Formats: sequence, C-alpha cells, structure tokens
Amino acid sequence: MTIKEIQDSIVEDFSMFDDWMDRYAMLIEMGKECPMIEDQYRDEQHLINGCQSRVWLSAELKEGKVYFAADSDAVITKGIVYLLIKVFSGQTPSDILAADMSFLDEIGLKEHLSPTRSNGLLAMLKQMMLYAEAFKLQEDKR
Amino acid sequence: MNESFDIQSIRKQFPILDQEVYGKPLVYFDNAATTQKPLCVIERERAYYLNENCNIHRGVHYLSQKATEAYENARKTVADFIHAREAREVIFTRGTTESVNLLATSFEHFFIQEGDTVLVSAMEHHSNLVPWQQMVQRHHGNLLVIPMSDQGELDLNCYSELLDQRPKLVAVAHVSNVLGTINPVKEMVRMAHEKGIPVVIDGAQSVAHMPIDVQDLDCDFFVFSGHKMYAPMGVGVLYGKAEWLEKLPPYQFGGEMVDVVSFERTTFNVLPYKFEAGTPNVGAALGLEAAIRFLQRLDRSAVESHEATLLHAAVDRLCGIEGIRFIGEAKNRSGLVSFVVKGVHPYDLGTIIDKMGIAVRTGHHCAEPVMTRFGIPGTVRASFAMYNTLEEVDAFVAAVKRAALMLR
Repeated sequence: MTIKEIQDSIVEDFSMFDDWMDRYAMLIEMGKECPMIEDQYRDEQHLINGCQSRVWLSAELKEGKVYFAADSDAVITKGIVYLLIKVFSGQTPSDILAADMSFLDEIGLKEHLSPTRSNGLLAMLKQMMLYAEAFKLQEDKR
Repeated sequence: MNESFDIQSIRKQFPILDQEVYGKPLVYFDNAATTQKPLCVIERERAYYLNENCNIHRGVHYLSQKATEAYENARKTVADFIHAREAREVIFTRGTTESVNLLATSFEHFFIQEGDTVLVSAMEHHSNLVPWQQMVQRHHGNLLVIPMSDQGELDLNCYSELLDQRPKLVAVAHVSNVLGTINPVKEMVRMAHEKGIPVVIDGAQSVAHMPIDVQDLDCDFFVFSGHKMYAPMGVGVLYGKAEWLEKLPPYQFGGEMVDVVSFERTTFNVLPYKFEAGTPNVGAALGLEAAIRFLQRLDRSAVESHEATLLHAAVDRLCGIEGIRFIGEAKNRSGLVSFVVKGVHPYDLGTIIDKMGIAVRTGHHCAEPVMTRFGIPGTVRASFAMYNTLEEVDAFVAAVKRAALMLR
C-alpha cells in the first residue's frame, strides 16, 4: 500500500467513532501492536525529547525500504507513534520525505492535542523524517 | 463585613467555571498552577484601563497622580495582608520566579563568596532551587539539601545539622507544590536565626490557602505570585525586612529606581523603588489588591475548612482505586493531592480524564528532584480552590477510575 492508501484507511478507522473515548481506546489497542524497539536501542540516543512520556525510536533500511520500531512508557503516546510507524514503515526514504501529513488533522489528532503534547507528536515525526533523510543520503552516495 | 461561606454564591463570581469542555462540565483542579479570577478582580483591571491608565510616579498631571495613589494603596493593602511592618517592605515583581531571581542576584553581589552554600529543601520548585544553585555554582559553591521522609516531611534533625555547615541562607517552600506538605517554616526560621542565617520562604502555594503573617513567621523574605491567589498574572511580591532590603544592591537598573543620574555616577532611590526599575504592571497590582479585598470579605477559616474537606474527600475516595499510591502523605497538608496508579502513566491518565472534562496537571510539576526522590516519572496532581465542590471531587474520582480501567 502507498502512504496515501494507509492514511486513508486510518482516517476511515477513526471516522467510525464519534466519541473521543472510543478513539483513545482504539489508539491504546493499536499501541499494543507496535513493533517493539530492540533493547539495545532503548537508550538516550534513541529517546525523543519533547514529550511528557518517554519515547524511543529506531529505524533500519532493508532493500531500499525503511522499517521503524518504537516504545513508550505511556500507552497513548505508544499508540500515536505506532500510527506514524504504520504509515511510514516499509516505504522508501523518498516517499517518506514527500509524504503529506494532513491526515493527522483529519483524524483530529493535531487539534485535540495540546501544544506540549503535539510537540511530542511533531518531535516523533521530525525524527522519522531525519532517519529517512539520512537513509536517502546513504543511498545517493552509492 | 464577613460573608458566610456559600459555595454557590462564590462560584457565581467565577464565570469561567460555568462552561463545558468536550461537552462535559468543566472540573478545574489545576489551581496550584493558577487559580481562576473572580469578577471583582477582572473588573478592577478593566476599570483601570478604562478610566485610570497612566504611567505612575513622575507624572504631575491628574491621571498620573491618581494612578500612583492607587498603586501605592495596593502596596499598603498587600503589606496589611501579610502583616508587614511597613509598605516599603513590599516590592512588586512579575511573580514568585522574578522575586527569587531578584533576591539571588542581589544576594550574590552583596555577600556570596568562593565556596559558599545555600540550604534548600528536597521539595523545592525549580524556581526556588535553580536560581540559588546557579548563584552558588558561579562561586564554586553548592546547594545543601534538607532531606525528606517517604511521607514528604522535612527532616528537622538533619536541617539542624545542615545549619551547622553555615549556609549563607535558607530557601524553603511554605507549602510544596507537588506534595502539599505544609512545612514548619516558623520553627525553621527560628532555628536558622539562632545561627544568624537569613530565611527566604516561597509562599506561592500557601498564600491563597492560609493567612500569612510575616512578622509572626519572622522570615527575612517571603515571595509569592498574584495569579495563584485569584489575582491577575504578571504581578507578584517580594517581601523583605527593611533592614535587609536596605542592604541589598538593586537588581535591575533603569528609570524609577534612580535618585540622581549623571554620566559619571548614579545614586539610587529609596525602598521600595530601588527594586522596581521600569514601568510596573499597575493594572495587575490593582487586580491583586482586589483579590486581597475579595479574600478579606470572606470568612477565611470557613474557606480553609471547605478546602480541607475537599482534600480529605479526594484522598478518601481515591483510596478505593486499585494500585493507587499517594505521593506526599504529610500530617500537615494543604490544597492538593498527588498520586500515581500502578501500571498507568500519569500522562495517559491526564489525557483521558481531560476528555471527561477534568483539568489536572501531570508530569514533574517543575520539581524533578522530587520525582527522582520517589522514583517516579511524574504524578497526577489535583489541586483545589475555594470554588471547588464535593460533586466535582466525585466526578474526578469516577473519571480516574474509568481511565485506570481503560489504561491498565
């Protein structure tokens, strides 16, 4: 699936619920499916600042595609990071860098997260983009 | 003049409370961060800008004189409110943080030397910790720390021993913003004075909840913010004994705080103006006066007992939640309850109950050393004000229960 197709399916999943409680319940459930970061990466270097909770994120490039793994000590944060992972994992660095992220507005995540929290979300996004950029540079050199 | 304590008539004076968030009635339990403002305070600040706005002190014209008079009356009202000997012992600042920074800067110039120490408690807010830490570290000194028990009570035996190490001053919170502990500051001042050491009390979390008498406490300095006691943001107070304030050098330089200026030298104005460089926040100071008048019209012991009822009810009812751990269980407490629930991150809990209309604070509450002391990433903190009700406590406890079920 393309990034756009995955985003559309997430938007569809979220649109089933009017109530924010149900949306959070879904996020929490989703978080449980998050590909777990390997213990060796659970360190300061992989920690993302800007959240009240701690989030670790790692990435690797396999056959031209990026695969992310993450963990957080807060389950909602974990759900949010998994949402991003779902969108980006298995995509090429170029596609990730070119992605339109307005779907976050559509599912109401951005508007319903206060600035500090949304900073956390933005910090995660930024870190993923940095990984994609680094991988792209690596590939270009070859 | 005392109005008896009638919660409904009090709530009517805080129109902001009467609203829904996400379709649920707002329960505002973030009062330790800032309290809401009663109509009389809002009206006072508005009236100032509508009818009285003017730069104060030097103006010879009518409006300037009126505004100056109002501002200086506000200073007298504050002095009476905390029972200072004289109005000139009250310095207006932007808030507690600026009050502490002012003191730390002036103290540093006055008498901090190589290797000096300052004694703080283990439960200080960053704003009564970092300024002192940075001050002594510039002189290769360090902070001494009064330890606390698991209940969140300071160890006075250790305190006494630490005083023997001759810190240059003691800086301690009257009430902890994380634990709610009321520290025995009067006794602590007495002990410090026996050794000739001055004491700064951070009253940010006490001033809205209990009568303050700086002469009875005998503290050398007392600092607080207006916005945590029903007054506008942007005004705070540094109280200092006149003999201390006379000795300390100015903090900021500019207009208003000077006496005679030439290119060669400047002499400084007298107290309190020496410490008030530039144009002050006159409107907020008048709002602070209105907030004090508002408090003084109430039966404060009735307010105190209402707030104590809320606190005890919250603790009692939260007890029923599986895995709850209270952070701060001191015998003498005021205003707030902090807790964690086993297996649940405070951030998650705060996020979920927010959607149920409950406003609490989560995180380290600007007191990271306290989190380290208890080995937790943060707490959920519910803090109360006079306008909160037992029904709100019930709604809050029910929300926490539901969120904990969802999150575990």
